Amino acid sequence: MNAQPVMANKAAGDVPPVHPLWLRLTHWLNALAVVLMVMSGWRIYNASPLFDFRFPDEITLGGWLAGAILWHFAAMWLLVVNGLLYLSINTATGRLGRRFFPLSPRGFAADLKAAFHGRLSHADPRRYNTVQRAAYLFVILDLVLLVLSGLVLWKSVQFPLLRELMGGYETARYVHFFTMAALVGFVVIHVAMALLVPRSLLHMIRGR
Amino acid sequence: MNDRHKRMWQMDIGPEQPDRRRFLRGSLALGALPLLGGCSISDEPIVEKALLQVSRFNDRVQAWLFDPEQLAPTYPESMITRPFPFNAYYSLDKVPQVDGERFRLQVGGRVADQRPWSLAELRTLPQTDQVTRLICVEGWSAIGKWGGVRFSDFLERIGADLEAQYVGFRCADGYYTSIDMPTALHPQTLLTLTFDGQVLPARYGFPLKLRMPTKLGYKNPKHVEALFVTNTYPGGYWEDRGYNWFGGS
Repeated sequence: MNAQPVMANKAAGDVPPVHPLWLRLTHWLNALAVVLMVMSGWRIYNASPLFDFRFPDEITLGGWLAGAILWHFAAMWLLVVNGLLYLSINTATGRLGRRFFPLSPRGFAADLKAAFHGRLSHADPRRYNTVQRAAYLFVILDLVLLVLSGLVLWKSVQFPLLRELMGGYETARYVHFFTMAALVGFVVIHVAMALLVPRSLLHMIRGR
Repeated sequence: MNDRHKRMWQMDIGPEQPDRRRFLRGSLALGALPLLGGCSISDEPIVEKALLQVSRFNDRVQAWLFDPEQLAPTYPESMITRPFPFNAYYSLDKVPQVDGERFRLQVGGRVADQRPWSLAELRTLPQTDQVTRLICVEGWSAIGKWGGVRFSDFLERIGADLEAQYVGFRCADGYYTSIDMPTALHPQTLLTLTFDGQVLPARYGFPLKLRMPTKLGYKNPKHVEALFVTNTYPGGYWEDRGYNWFGGS
């Protein structure tokens, strides 16, 4: 474990980066798309709230409903195209299988316990612990569901199968809301963790 | 009717009224079209222009996705939302009162037979009705039953150029909008004369409302008094203020 950082310093060019360039690019483009989608989405939510609260206008994007929709339906292309690119490269290079699996419930429990005791190892940034694996896979699936429910809201007539799978138009609104809430929850924890281990943030920016 | 619908009924006089006022104020001040007023990033004209270009691109994507054979779901009458929410860019007391006796639907543009239609004449055409979900751009939806003349039948009868790109509508309340020809010819697109089995009440668009379950609420004009077939983009009341033109569902 001690040898690796020294080696990396000696021959930085020879050692592959912690995160390849394509991953860093798709990560930050995704982050941008998520911020635009969530902030404009909150504005759209405010036009007809599902629950007894509204998002403060100051943290929304678009100025009014039409502006928010313009943002939302522009940023969706970034989210989807970038997301498909991420999933394709991740699958084709085998990185998805290497980085995220195996994923055992026992490993998850052990790593979660270690995390709460502040003893989770971050010695090898090339290896995700089980909690990370589960969290990242969760947010990938959550984003897929978020996009699919959004597709039902946008085109409920044109995608009948998807609409029925979502339980109809009105249920799709709730699916869209709760998958958004889960995504925001993930982002909060994710950013907090990155700040707790600042090195991981540098890895995602510089690759090393 | 749940509380949410009740609130909508009482307060909805257009998509996000306070913001619309801000938009109007902004446009008076700047003499331009600051659609996205209120957010410093999007006030930039270049950002606004780019977003509107994506919206035009989304029009084309939606036209491509639109399947003329694909029907919107229909519902049993027991699922009709009662009372059905009123929605317009003005309050209920401003709803236009049209004299049904004197009313004539004006027909123009690329149409062979441009003679105007009285309500009695429209009622002699074959009628059909359907129970469908109206989806508002704000997100809420409500189920209603509309009846009238299949719009494709009407367009054929007046000798409309069915190869033209647009059908535009002008309404008694100053509203205007336009739709693509494939949607105009969709089997569920109706020129409606009734709501829930009754003569269309004023609040739901007497004397005529074009009903399309394949488009969002703001694309469904009420109080229609003139329609025209054209190849020149006619725009629309909300569309000219930033809403997506195709507005398909």
